Amino acid sequence: MGEVTVVNFVDRKILDEQNIQAIGDQLFSLVDELGRRKVLLNFRNVEFLSSAALGKLITLDRKLKAVKGKLILCSIAKEIQEVFEITRLDRVFTMHKDEQTALQAF
Amino acid sequence: MTEGVHASNGTYAVDQIIRSDLAEARRIQSEIEQALDAAAFSDMEIFAIKLALEEALVNAIKHGNQMDPNKTVRVAYTVSDGRFDVLIEDQGPGFDPNDVPDPTAPENLERPCGRGLLLMRHYMTTVTHGERGNQVRMSKIRK
Repeated sequence: MGEVTVVNFVDRKILDEQNIQAIGDQLFSLVDELGRRKVLLNFRNVEFLSSAALGKLITLDRKLKAVKGKLILCSIAKEIQEVFEITRLDRVFTMHKDEQTALQAF
Repeated sequence: MTEGVHASNGTYAVDQIIRSDLAEARRIQSEIEQALDAAAFSDMEIFAIKLALEEALVNAIKHGNQMDPNKTVRVAYTVSDGRFDVLIEDQGPGFDPNDVPDPTAPENLERPCGRGLLLMRHYMTTVTHGERGNQVRMSKIRK
């Protein structure tokens, strides 16, 4: 299935409506244009995330599932983890506590 | 609590009209964040309020006003000791919050939209929509 693409949100501590379009486009191009099939999103730097970002993650997950790929999220801060739990998306996404554990899960 | 700054009588300490622009929303969010920080709200409380504000402002600008540059959003708020009150009102046709499907229902779990209200209700103490559905009042009261 090829190598795992690890994505870090370097300059993007805030995933909100204002910047999610550009972030979403970059993430989707990994699958649609670059043909990546194993994507690991490292949330280590992410301090804030709104429902608009959740929507993009769902679309990314669907895109990967459609091509028999896999999306894993890791290193999610407590506050952000709660957002996934409230929306019950912790049941939709595969999440791991750190990058090393996540890499072994592909 | 000082009379005149409480939301229940419809008067707020800060009352602004902003353009239907996400950059304006961010400006007012950071202004409120600073006020909450100065009033010694905790990081968790600030995160909660910031998220509820983001969802409500995006609803007003994007869904209510449809990003129409000729339409504005009223944002009125009061930060007081242990309490935050905010009113957000757009110039759109309004919506019925009861029409929003439950995003946590299994059949809706993978829909990309419709989680804003759920997050607002979770993170704030009260969330009330005006009769026309183009106005929302939210409060966060310290436990």
